[in-house]
Amino acid sequence: MDITTKHTEAPPPAAQAPAGTEQKRAARGATRPGDRIFLGLSRGSGIFLLVIMAAIAVFLTYRASLAISKDEANFLTAFEWNTGVIPPRFGIAVLAFGTIVSSIVAMVIAVPIAVAIALFLTHYAPRKLRGPIAYVIDLLAAVPSIVYGLWGALILVPHMDGLFGWLNDYLGWTGVFSWEGGAPRSMLTVGILLAIMILPVITNVSREVFRQAPQMIEEAALALGATRWEVIRMAVLPFGRSGVISASMLGLGRALGETMAVATVLSPTFDIQTSLLDPGGGTFAQNIASKFGEATEFGRDALIASGLVLFVITLLVNGAARAIIARRKEYSGANA
Amino acid sequence: MSTAIVDKPSTLQGARLPKWAPYAIAGGSLALAIGIGLAAGLHSRVQWGLIAAILFVVGTYGIAARVEGTRQAKDRIATSLVWVSFLLAVVPLVSLVWVTVARGVKVLDVYFLTHSMGVVADTEPGGGIYAAILGSLEQVGLATLIAAPVGVLTAIYLVEYGRGNLSRAITFFVDVMTGIPSIVAGLFILSLMLMLDLEPFGFAGSLALAILMMPVVVRSTEEMLKLVPNELREASLALGVPKWRTILKVVLPTSIGGITTGIMLAIARIAGETAPVLLLVWGNPFINANPFEGAQASLPLYIYQQYANSAGSGAAYDRAWAASLTLIAFVMILNLVARGIARWKAPKTGR
Repeated sequence: MDITTKHTEAPPPAAQAPAGTEQKRAARGATRPGDRIFLGLSRGSGIFLLVIMAAIAVFLTYRASLAISKDEANFLTAFEWNTGVIPPRFGIAVLAFGTIVSSIVAMVIAVPIAVAIALFLTHYAPRKLRGPIAYVIDLLAAVPSIVYGLWGALILVPHMDGLFGWLNDYLGWTGVFSWEGGAPRSMLTVGILLAIMILPVITNVSREVFRQAPQMIEEAALALGATRWEVIRMAVLPFGRSGVISASMLGLGRALGETMAVATVLSPTFDIQTSLLDPGGGTFAQNIASKFGEATEFGRDALIASGLVLFVITLLVNGAARAIIARRKEYSGANA
Repeated sequence: MSTAIVDKPSTLQGARLPKWAPYAIAGGSLALAIGIGLAAGLHSRVQWGLIAAILFVVGTYGIAARVEGTRQAKDRIATSLVWVSFLLAVVPLVSLVWVTVARGVKVLDVYFLTHSMGVVADTEPGGGIYAAILGSLEQVGLATLIAAPVGVLTAIYLVEYGRGNLSRAITFFVDVMTGIPSIVAGLFILSLMLMLDLEPFGFAGSLALAILMMPVVVRSTEEMLKLVPNELREASLALGVPKWRTILKVVLPTSIGGITTGIMLAIARIAGETAPVLLLVWGNPFINANPFEGAQASLPLYIYQQYANSAGSGAAYDRAWAASLTLIAFVMILNLVARGIARWKAPKTGR
C-alpha cells in the first residue's frame, strides 16, 4: 500500500529526456518498425485496461437491468430477497444498511488506533524497533482475508461474549448495545474483525504521511519548549490530516467490499437489527457469497445487480480518496 | 510552573518524574487490576487488561499533573495512549498468527500435502489439499501470465511514452481499479459466463484474479521505472540506440529487481483471494489438473468450504487451519523473497 504514496519521494518523472527524443522520433517520422511495434504494444495494453474497466461497468449494468426490470418490489427499499419465486421480489435496503453500519463500526475502531500506531512508529517507538515493526505490519497486510475470516469465526466470536455482556449491562439502555443473548455473530463482531483487517492498510499510508511532516517545524517547536504531544498536535497532525483522511477512505473501500471475513462471521438474516449486538443483517458482498450457491440464473442476475451497487459505492469512495491524495501531492511537492 | 514536591535548587527545568515512574505506575495498576478482577469475580483476562489500562492512564495523569504540571501530564497521557493502542492492535494480530501455527501443525504433514479430499466426508479426519494446491497454482499462474505482461507494458507506456489525455485516463482508472472489490471482479466474469452459457472452470477464476492483479503490477512497475536515472536513457539514446531497444536493454534490466518484487507481491495478494474463486471455480474434492474444463479446487476456497460445510466438525476445522497455515506460509515466503530481491537488486539512485 505504501507504493502509492512513495510517489512524493520519487525523483521527478522522466519528462525531459523522452520529450526530446519524442520530437526527434516524430521528426524522423517513426521510421523504425521496432519503435512503432513497441509503442503499439504498450499503448495497446493501456487501452486494454481502459476497455476492461468499461466492460465491467457495461456488463454488470446489462445483467443488472435484466434482473431489476422483473423485480416486483422496489429494488432500493424492499426488505426481502426472494429471487426463486414468481413474481420475484428483492431489494437492497438491508444490505446497504449492513454494509454501511459494519464499515462505520470498523472505521470508528480502526482509524484512531491506526493513527496512534503510525505516530508510534514515527515518533514514539525506539529507533531500532521502528523498521522491524513496520515490516511486520507490512506482512500482516498480506494475510489473506479468508484466514482472518476463519480466525474471526473460530477465535474472535467465542471471545466476544464477555464484551457483549458488559456492553449490554452498562450501555444496553441505549438500544444500540442491547443484547438478547444470541451467538455474538453480529454487526459489532464483523466491524471489529474488519477493523483488525484494515488496520495495517491505514497504518502504512498514515505512517508515510507523518514521516514527511517537515522536520524543521518539529524541531522549532521542540526548541520553544513544546512537549512531544504538542509537537504532534501542532506540527504533525495538521500536516498529515488529508493524508489520514485518504488513508481512512482506502481502508473504508476495503471494508465495504470485504466478502469472506463477513460471510464466515455473520449469521445473516434479511432484516435490520437496531442493536449492533444482536445477530442478523447482511452486507452486499456477504449476501452474494452466501446466496450464490443455490441461486438460479435469474437469482445470479439479481446478485449481480446488488454487486453493481457495491461497485458504484466503492468507486465513489476510492475516487474521493485518490482525489484527496492527488491534491496533497501538489501541496507537498511545493514544499519538498 | 508547577508545585515541586522535592525541594531542590531552582533550575530552568521544572520538576520531573523519575525515569522508573511509568514502570512503577504500570506495575501498580496491573496489580490493582488483578486485585479488582479477583474481588469482583471477573473471569475474562481481557477485562483485567482493560481495567489495568484505564488505571494506568488515570494514574499517570494524576501523578504527572501534580508533579510536572498539566502540559507534561497531557504529553504522558498521549504517550501512554499511543503505546496502549499499539499493544491493543498487537494482541489480535499475534493471536491470529499463533493460533494458525498452533492449530495448523496438527494435521499438516506430507500426507496432507500430497492427498486430496476425494470421497472423504467433511466430518471425518483424513484427506488433504493436493488438489487445492494444484488448482491454486494453476489459477494464479495463468492470472500472472495475463496480468504481468499487460501491467508491465502499461507501466512502460505511462512512464516512457505517456503524455496527454490517454495516459491521464489510464492513470486514473488504474487507481480506481485498485479499489475494485474482488467479488465485483468475480461478478463481471460471471456475467460473461452467463452470457456464453459456460460451466465453472479454473481459467475463469484466473481472469478475475488477473483483473485484480493488473493495477497492482502497473503501480509498482511505474514507481520502479521512475527510479531509473534519466542519464542512462540519455546515454543510450545519444549512442543512436532506438528507443524500444533502450527500454528493453537499459531501462528494464536496471529496474528488473523492483519489477519482479512488485509482481511477486501482487501474486501474494491474489493467491489468497476467495470470493471470485467461489463464484467462478466452485471447488472440487477430486483432482482436476485441467484449468480449462470443469470445476477446480483452490486453497483459499478449500479453507472456506472446510469451515462452512463441516457442521462444526473438529476434523474439518483442523484441515481448515492446516490449509490456512500453508496459504500464509506461501504468501509470507513470496513476500520475503520479493523484498529480498528488492534489496539485492535495488537501483542505485544516488540518494
